[in-house]
Amino acid sequence: MTARIGVVTFPGTLDDRDSLRAVRIAGAEPVSLWHRDTDLHQVDAVVLAGGFSYGDYLRAGAISRFSPVMETVIEQAKAGMPVLGICNGFQILTEAHLLPGAMLRNNHLHFICRDQKLRVENAETAWTSDYTAGQEISVPLKNVDGRYTADERTLDELEAEGRVAFRYSDVNPNGSLRDIAGITNAAGNVVGLMPHPEHAVEPLIGTGRTDGLGFFTSIIKKLVNA
Amino acid sequence: MSLDTVEHAAETPDAEQPWKDLGLKEDEYARIREILGRRPTGAELAMYSVMWSEHCSYKSSKVHLKQFGEKVPENDAMLVGIGENAGVVDVGQGYAVTFKVESHNHPSYIEPYQGAATGVGGIVRDILAMGARPIAVVDPLRFGAADHPDTRRVLPGIVAGIGGYGNCLGLPNIGGEVVFDACYQGNPLVNAGCIGVMKHEDIHLAQASGPGNKVILYGARTGGDGIGGVSVLASETFDDTKPTKRPAVQVGDPFQEKLLIECTLEIFKEKLVAGIQDLGGAGLSCATSELASAGSGGMRVELDTVPLRDSSLSPEEILMSESQERMCAIVEPQHVDRFMEICEKWDVIATVIGEVTEGSQLEIFWHGEQIVDVPPRSVAHEGPTYHRPFARPSWQDALQADDAGKLARPGDGAELREQVLKLVGSPNQASKSWITDQYDRFVQGNTVLAMPEDAGMVRIDEESNLGVAMATDGNGRYAKLDPYTGAQLALAESYRNVAASGAKPLAISDCLNFGSPEDPDVMWQFAEATRGLADGCLELGTPVTGGNVSLYNQTGETAIHPTPVVAVLGVIDDVTRRTPVAFAEEGQLLYLLGDTHEEFGGSAWSEVIHQHLGGMPPKVDLGREKLLGEILISASRDGMIDAAHDLSDGGLIQAVTESCLRGGKGARLVVPDGLDAFTFLFSESAGRAVVSIPRSEELRFNDMCGARGLPVARIGVVDGEEIEVQGEFSIPLSELSEAHEGTLEGLFA
Repeated sequence: MTARIGVVTFPGTLDDRDSLRAVRIAGAEPVSLWHRDTDLHQVDAVVLAGGFSYGDYLRAGAISRFSPVMETVIEQAKAGMPVLGICNGFQILTEAHLLPGAMLRNNHLHFICRDQKLRVENAETAWTSDYTAGQEISVPLKNVDGRYTADERTLDELEAEGRVAFRYSDVNPNGSLRDIAGITNAAGNVVGLMPHPEHAVEPLIGTGRTDGLGFFTSIIKKLVNA
Repeated sequence: MSLDTVEHAAETPDAEQPWKDLGLKEDEYARIREILGRRPTGAELAMYSVMWSEHCSYKSSKVHLKQFGEKVPENDAMLVGIGENAGVVDVGQGYAVTFKVESHNHPSYIEPYQGAATGVGGIVRDILAMGARPIAVVDPLRFGAADHPDTRRVLPGIVAGIGGYGNCLGLPNIGGEVVFDACYQGNPLVNAGCIGVMKHEDIHLAQASGPGNKVILYGARTGGDGIGGVSVLASETFDDTKPTKRPAVQVGDPFQEKLLIECTLEIFKEKLVAGIQDLGGAGLSCATSELASAGSGGMRVELDTVPLRDSSLSPEEILMSESQERMCAIVEPQHVDRFMEICEKWDVIATVIGEVTEGSQLEIFWHGEQIVDVPPRSVAHEGPTYHRPFARPSWQDALQADDAGKLARPGDGAELREQVLKLVGSPNQASKSWITDQYDRFVQGNTVLAMPEDAGMVRIDEESNLGVAMATDGNGRYAKLDPYTGAQLALAESYRNVAASGAKPLAISDCLNFGSPEDPDVMWQFAEATRGLADGCLELGTPVTGGNVSLYNQTGETAIHPTPVVAVLGVIDDVTRRTPVAFAEEGQLLYLLGDTHEEFGGSAWSEVIHQHLGGMPPKVDLGREKLLGEILISASRDGMIDAAHDLSDGGLIQAVTESCLRGGKGARLVVPDGLDAFTFLFSESAGRAVVSIPRSEELRFNDMCGARGLPVARIGVVDGEEIEVQGEFSIPLSELSEAHEGTLEGLFA
């Protein structure tokens, strides 16, 4: 079978076409999902792509979380459907309470775009099984509201349960607490991160590395073997 | 105040009108009365005043700009030339590319964030209006002295505005420039460029033909922002005695623009529009008159149907408003429903505000009463033409006689070393990553090269790997010394940058930034620069597809350096053959291509070490530039070189430093026979590049250059962790990096 992976377009989503391309390059069937749909068109997994949905004018992800498509995504994610939130998608997942914590304005207050080194901390989630724990990867980072924050108790819990999926490894680019770049839910089906693996799937394009492809090959293996 | 209808205007010929406050001259007002055979209504006066402003009508510049249409090189690539929203060139495989550079200088000085943001928004809509999907932006910027307090006021806002708007649109920012010079102190230059791609059959033009077709305004509601921006801001010099002009700057909403882009592209895809125009400077006045003028002429608009943000706006204000994120489409009646459906899908407000008519007049009504009845061509295309007087400035000879060759040169290796560090760490030569890292260069997933590469490059076809490249360049110091040569040097550098990336230069756009056209000195600079550019384009075979003129860039009596900025667009059949600037492979050989002379006039060295500007700029040999370009492109296509960097301001040592730092590898350099170390390192002779060659390719590369007659010299090898100039000095990469990378952050963070 071919896995069907949906990518949601909200008004103001920017990296939807990139995510669809990454899904295709990894070998799955990309399916475009519209924010007003409640039907997920029989996809096996969903990517919430980066961008500035609704302009992020209120708070990043705060409006998108209430869109019709998210009602279904939230319901299905709770039932075990794999969901990956990249950048704005991660922000939407925290607003939707599928993942804990929140993103604040970067500590230097500027938008930052750079090739970012990450350490894979948890290689057992639905989206990271093609990596090994401790592996260092390099993918682009680009955001203005990327500073991960949560209360101490939540952070301790995340650490204790192995739910910190990625940490910034060369520099912490935005002041994220405990260098956290991405996290997973307890079941490992919902993963969110600020950097952009979908921009690192082809040699020559972007950073010129393919370190991000593992996210998409991981999920395809999981879905096809299921 | 009662409504000033056409009827009322005819009955009250002697009513006082504020033509002067709207920026019109007495003879211009008289001409409007002559065209109409009566006094204009308030609404008509508003339209003429904005459309006949310098910014919209090019009244001072067009007698010179017409050379771009006369000295046209033979070039099969041109599909749409000057006069439309942007020019269009054929890049092969059925693709067409449209691109343009515009200025948003004055608004950005008054309100840096919004001025710069809406500059990006405006150029993107120009590209969109041609039927193209915008695929990348570039931003050539010029500021006052880096350490001046006002630079600190405007720079962070301008950079944040460009990033805040462009990042939110999802357009990769792939190039541009950042230059500091005290001449831009009270008048920073914020130029913005955009590239768009489409299939040949999707080219759209701004015209309204077909009586009965509907005029649809869609996008943001119209508000009071930017009223009079065009005439008041762009066409007058800043003067401290007048009240603040802040309200005249438009406010941008990039989210709305993103929706407008996607909505418009979907509308194009279904072929629902007969003509389209974006709303930028002069707003509805411009869009309606230009669409009608380019079509059959007749158009009727019910102005009171325009959706408003502020219900108290008068009809004159609605016509002049420069509210952002709006487009105007001409749609056949049977397509209107589907057009509206697509707008609804994207939450974009769309309103039928009028229709194309049989007649030849543009007629505008306000609640049933006629307030405009004009021949649209007289508004859009028949504005005044000035033959401004110009004369070579009295100071030009003295400036050119002040030869940079007489400046004290470094006496030994230690002094050379010190000057190299000072140069690469100076604000103009330092790394600009603190600025460019605030722009998204990855979005859309097609970016092959971006800053600090010589040119930005994006893939346009994933199957064939077809791509386009763009570089923008301009050197106001060179142009001040000799505007004709300075304009050609800007063209040559931009051309060389594109060729160094491996792409074939096809065509250019320009943004001509100058002082007041009322000053004969400035007008001479403008005349010389346009002549130089037109002659240069003819020789290089790269036509001017369109561009923008920004005049009145001065504070009080002092004009900026003449600053023609040239954007060259190139095409590359296979982006995997692109050439980066990084020296990344130890042991590869470094070759200097071209001839090096003792040329220091206007150089970075003369500025950084001696704060000097005088003498003549480097000589231009466009035949040589063309040959160098061909060699660089062939070498890239045939895999003979792994890296290339053009030589321009800062000379060889600047280029080698950038390439070494980018690749994380050092270099050992040997001064070639016939040159002294100082000239080798700092000369800014044009028509040169440095390349990195795998040893296995050395013979083949040398043979090619020899056969084609390009002088080359082996100058060293990629090696180690320092840059060493044999017998003179060495500097560890870490020390170079510290000098080069930290400057801007230290000034502006």
